[in-house]
Amino acid sequence: MNRIFRVNMKDLTCKIEEVPEAWAGHGGRGLTSNIVAAEVPPTCHPLGPNNKLVFAPGLLTGTPAAQSGRMSAGAKSPLTGGIKESNAGGTSAQQFAKLGIKAMIIEDQPEAGKWYELHVNNNGVTFHDASALKGVQNFDVIAAMEEKYNPKIGVCTIGIPGEERLLSANISVKDSDHKIRSHGRGGLGAVMGSKGIKVITIDDSAGKRVTIADPEKFRAAAKIFAKAMLDHPVTGEGLPIYGTNVLINILNEAGGLPPKNFRYGQCEHHDKVSGETMHDVIASRGGSTKHGCHAGCIIQCSQVYVDENKEYITSGFEYETVWGLGINCMIESLDDCARIDNAMDNIGIDSIEGAVLLGVAMEAGVLPWGDGKEALRIMNEEIGKATPLGRILGNGTKSVGDAYGLTRVPIVKGQGIPAYDPRSVKGIGITYATSTMGADHTAGYAIATNILQVGGHIDPLQKEGQVELSRNLSIATAAIDSCGMCIFIAFPALDIPECLPALIDMINARYDISLDGDDVVALGKSILKTEKAFNDAAGFTNADDRLPEFFELETVSPHNAIWDFSPAEIDEFWNF
Amino acid sequence: MKITVKLFAIFRNDRFKIEDRDYPNETTVGDVLTSLDIDGPELGVALINGRHVTKETVVTEGQTLALFPKVGGG
Repeated sequence: MNRIFRVNMKDLTCKIEEVPEAWAGHGGRGLTSNIVAAEVPPTCHPLGPNNKLVFAPGLLTGTPAAQSGRMSAGAKSPLTGGIKESNAGGTSAQQFAKLGIKAMIIEDQPEAGKWYELHVNNNGVTFHDASALKGVQNFDVIAAMEEKYNPKIGVCTIGIPGEERLLSANISVKDSDHKIRSHGRGGLGAVMGSKGIKVITIDDSAGKRVTIADPEKFRAAAKIFAKAMLDHPVTGEGLPIYGTNVLINILNEAGGLPPKNFRYGQCEHHDKVSGETMHDVIASRGGSTKHGCHAGCIIQCSQVYVDENKEYITSGFEYETVWGLGINCMIESLDDCARIDNAMDNIGIDSIEGAVLLGVAMEAGVLPWGDGKEALRIMNEEIGKATPLGRILGNGTKSVGDAYGLTRVPIVKGQGIPAYDPRSVKGIGITYATSTMGADHTAGYAIATNILQVGGHIDPLQKEGQVELSRNLSIATAAIDSCGMCIFIAFPALDIPECLPALIDMINARYDISLDGDDVVALGKSILKTEKAFNDAAGFTNADDRLPEFFELETVSPHNAIWDFSPAEIDEFWNF
Repeated sequence: MKITVKLFAIFRNDRFKIEDRDYPNETTVGDVLTSLDIDGPELGVALINGRHVTKETVVTEGQTLALFPKVGGG
């Protein structure tokens, strides 16, 4: 991967550039964040001409390394006002890697009202009028592009919310089953819409296999790495059988599963939407309990959820989405939740932001708690069509809270808080508060150590050790996100000593370099500091690294836990 | 004494979801695992009343013990 495609949407050109020395050792999140930090004025309007949308596959993407097919997308986020990286499965990352594209940087914007398809192939990018696709939602866009080209064409698309620059809009990426994975968080779909891009198509037919400097060393390391994935009970057994939704029951038992817009820590009807129940429903209907989000995934945590007639309802139906709809919004029907998840894929909004904003809308009385049918209508007919109500809702959790004058608005830096109550799982609260991305559980997944007892155990209700835990996980995650790796490799990496060295060996063998563990930690630290510097320059201060006040005012059952970190204690996160 | 045992994920296979069970006084979490034919290393998380406990923890009358294999997600 030695080329950068620099696309300008004002003059509709694509320049192919060499990779500057400073970016050569970066990939994925490290690369998108470094490019955004170097080239985007931090104070620019995220929907204006000075923002840039960057796509970058990871350092190991395109190789036979298991779990390495994730694509990072980055920009200044219109939802948070800070830097954003959001990574997704699907086919686009491996297609970019095959074409030797280390990054695609999209700059500027065309005159309002113009819509384009960007067609990426080995020769660069061509620009095609896409006005006929305006107003078309994602699944139909994918079908139209497959019809125009062939079933293997790569597709990244936005629905109407993205066209209308709603802040919960995501970028949808076609997977190998013609369905959708998402660059979900932070409103990157609105950035794509602001640049007049309806769809990006990728033809990798003239691409080449990624070269590996030392194939023998790579093969040996890849084997150890894959074995660690299969040997660890979480990645080898729990995730493939139950998917990420296995977390519903354990978070409920531990008192960290927040129903009804973060009112309580447990939910009576949890088992109706649990991973165990979902597994049984899918298996009894003849759906698929295993599914990978990209070629080369051996964990297979995804699934295909079908109805009683074995017709597709949704896939990639994750814990956070099921929590958001089934627990946070009290929608007890798993089928209803699945249909809403599919609607969010189709219209193209982040399924975490979508479910969190819906909870606040229920708090506001826009619709009744638990009303799955009305929630589905709102997705399709209001947010999906960007009606006036749809705009208030579709601009995210903060927008709904502001519009209705509410105080129980679960956000950090404008982004909705997912799935784990920070009062009763304090480590994740530190991650929510400090993440450069806004509230983001993946940024430093303290659930592993607080709840799941992976990588040791720190009592979720005590304050001691949480800042250090969150900091260490956040540094490691920034590095993992740069490899194109699925974040779930962290489970074996925390427990199996051979796993992380094998990952580093693969990078070394791929590029003929000699990184060690300290270099990887240094990489993670430098990415976080780069992102923080961008946010500081955009106007963020320590006061933005805080949870909403209601977590300090209301205890959460059953442990009567409260958010009790002082500002100085939280700020220790950045002491590295 | 009676305790309530809740099982999750693959621990439910060929066993049960929830059961009130009789055990002698001074029974530990490890003893309950043995009685259910679950090997110690298979245990991911044990919770009593929502708090993490170890295999050595003694269970007392009326408590609810939740047992999970190693699971994860996110």
